[in-house]
Amino acid sequence: MAELIKFTIDNQDCLAEKGLYIVEAAAKNNIYIPTLCNIPGVKPRGACRICSVRVNGKLMSACTTPIADNMKIENNTPEIVEMRKIILETLFVSGNHFCPACERSGSCDLQALAYRFGILNQRFPYQFPSKSIDASHPKIMKDHDRCILCKRCIRGIKTEDGKSFFAYKKRGQTLEISIDTELTSQLTDELAIKAANLCPVGAILLKERGYNIPIGKRQYDLTPIGNEIDHLEK
Amino acid sequence: MSPLINIFKKKSSTSNVQSIIDKYNKDQTRLMDILIDIQAEIGYISNESASLIANQLKISKVDVEQTLSFYHFFSQKETGKYTIYLNDSAVAEMMGRNEVAKAFEEAAGSKFGEVTKDGKIGLFNTSCIGMNDQEPAAIINGVIFTRITPYRAKEIIQDMKNGKAVNEMGLQSFGDGNNSSNYIQSMVSNNIRRKGPVIFSDYNLGKSIKKIVNMKPTDVIRDVKASNVRGRGGAGFPTGMKWEFCRNAAGDQRYIFCNADEGEPGTFKDRVILTELPKLIFEGMTVAGYAVGATEGILYLRYEYKYLQKYLEQVLEELKTANLLGTNIGGKNGFNFNIRIQFGAGAYVCGEESALIESAEGKRGEPRDRPPFPVEQGYLNKPTVVNNVETLCSVVKIITEGPNWYKSFGTKDSAGTKVLSISGDCMNPGIYEIEWGFNINDILKMVGANDVQAVQVGGPSGALIAPTEFDRILCYSDLSTGGSIIIFNSKRDLLKNVVLNFMDFFIEESCGSCVPCRCLTVLFREKLLKILKGNGVMQDIDDMISWGPTMLSNRCGLGHTAANPILTSIKNFRPLYESKIQQNKLFDSGFNLQEAIAECCEATGRQPIL
Repeated sequence: MAELIKFTIDNQDCLAEKGLYIVEAAAKNNIYIPTLCNIPGVKPRGACRICSVRVNGKLMSACTTPIADNMKIENNTPEIVEMRKIILETLFVSGNHFCPACERSGSCDLQALAYRFGILNQRFPYQFPSKSIDASHPKIMKDHDRCILCKRCIRGIKTEDGKSFFAYKKRGQTLEISIDTELTSQLTDELAIKAANLCPVGAILLKERGYNIPIGKRQYDLTPIGNEIDHLEK
Repeated sequence: MSPLINIFKKKSSTSNVQSIIDKYNKDQTRLMDILIDIQAEIGYISNESASLIANQLKISKVDVEQTLSFYHFFSQKETGKYTIYLNDSAVAEMMGRNEVAKAFEEAAGSKFGEVTKDGKIGLFNTSCIGMNDQEPAAIINGVIFTRITPYRAKEIIQDMKNGKAVNEMGLQSFGDGNNSSNYIQSMVSNNIRRKGPVIFSDYNLGKSIKKIVNMKPTDVIRDVKASNVRGRGGAGFPTGMKWEFCRNAAGDQRYIFCNADEGEPGTFKDRVILTELPKLIFEGMTVAGYAVGATEGILYLRYEYKYLQKYLEQVLEELKTANLLGTNIGGKNGFNFNIRIQFGAGAYVCGEESALIESAEGKRGEPRDRPPFPVEQGYLNKPTVVNNVETLCSVVKIITEGPNWYKSFGTKDSAGTKVLSISGDCMNPGIYEIEWGFNINDILKMVGANDVQAVQVGGPSGALIAPTEFDRILCYSDLSTGGSIIIFNSKRDLLKNVVLNFMDFFIEESCGSCVPCRCLTVLFREKLLKILKGNGVMQDIDDMISWGPTMLSNRCGLGHTAANPILTSIKNFRPLYESKIQQNKLFDSGFNLQEAIAECCEATGRQPIL
């Protein structure tokens, strides 16, 4: 039996095994901390900052910070909720997210989080950036309009010998994710499906098929994101 | 050996690229060096070069491009036989940079961001190059040109058209001190205005080494801890504690990094210390190596200071000859320490210690998540100390003169001295070594500044301070700073020429990984522009204040402070904002129909009936 660590989240006493990250430890205690860039089982990166919590007074990303004894964590406070809303809203205005036409609508983590956080309108001006769709790859399409640059594809999809299919390009507001053109043949059908599924939004789509899952049967159609952890809605 | 001064760029050839890759043993972690050498030799890194590198280093091409596209001084297209990088910092603009830019454009017949049609001259903007005390300044094929006038700009372009080599373009005269030495020969001036008791006091080469070889490494750490010296880069972490953590961390190798990536606009102290006291820096690294048990040191030097490369390499050779570097240093068996220079390639964020390490490993300079800290898992995942140039210099004096001597300078909570880089509206811009405890008024008197409207303390990431606060004290518990002090007189338009420039800087330099740093900064800027255009309302000011705390959720110091230009200027200069907003309106969308349809009007050749 692994060593148990005692900590609190929003003053609720919690216990979890040593070695877990705060996000995982919270889930064990039926507390949901939202994530966008996190991939269970892959080394975390803390790219999106949506999981930011206050740990003993200091803001930390919950996906990258291991749980420690007597941590006092603030998660569902007005301050943190406001911060998460700002992060979500800025993601919406910084890309081009036209949900009604998007294949991932209903299965999209970004959209689901917006619903969960009750974001019904926008306080920020839409940027309408001019972005493109990269359809050059035979198996997948990369829609830069929808990409939130979470790095999931970069971190989760590698060749057998550990090479990257996806990587960042440029920096700052011009940052984008590009697909390697010389490893095309090594992206198997299986990996392509994995990449599309890993993408939290509709930025990586499989070619030659679409809208496979009807409305009503999509991931978040009936229950909100995170419900599997905190069971807020039965 | 890559040419230091790229007088004429050679033509692209695969064999050149191959020999550069071979020079670094096809080592993935030396990707930065490979790209730097190719850029210097050929002038850009072609698609074919990227493929060849990927193939030889056994990484995917997209990973080569990831590093390549991150750094400002790498280019995937030809940048011209002569490449001009003109500084666009706020102080450069104050000193007439825009007129110089116009003169360059007119003489060359092309715009900034472009290369002339004949491929001869490329004009590019660049963030602060560490010459704020002698602006407007530019880097042309690796050579620094300072105090450029519009007339001089035209001369330079004419020389280029005539095919003159850059180092023959009639540099008026070399700068003072070692700037005129055979290995530098640069027109850069030191502008050392005040020598303090620690950094610029008398220095006896090797004295600290002679002393430590008779001390236990833990005793060296004890003395450094006892001196209360703290990091001089701005964050102020206790140096002795950092060394102790590193020494106690598990690892078969440890590394000492000297952070000479001073990119904070308005900082240039490291440039001067590197020019005048490089041996002091290297001695400090060697002391650190002895204390923590590291045998390898890396000086991470910003690309803007590449003109110092040959000189610094020569200094390293001299130190080896004097047995102050290499093996059995100071005659002590097993005291081995070597130093190499790692260049950056134009990225402010690499001054952040974990981004600096990523960069030195050949990757994009993206800060790491902490924990683990670099002292536990740093360069190549080994325990690593990253110290500022000035910190390492201080350590040498602490060892030779003792911790109590050091503590006799400064204030109770801030021991020692601080080297300030002072620029902007003052009589004597330059380098000043002062004891902690000076207030802003003292500094303004010292540098000869009158009619001061505001002082930017700590560069754009610091704070814009108003006269009512000029009695605040420079120390870790009040105004903590890495040393950039920029002075603005009453004629300056703070919002338009300072705050906006600083926001552009942060947006340009963000690595882009964290959402608030990538996206929210742009929205801050847009809001500021709305106010500057006269479309702002009171709510716009309050909105920006309310967005501020979200910046603290970013991963690194750049992200935390990237909205500080706006946030600190609202705090200290709110009337400036209020004077620009519409007092009789509660809401304004900021939407301008004429602007929105301008493109359509131009395309159709018609105007709407409004």
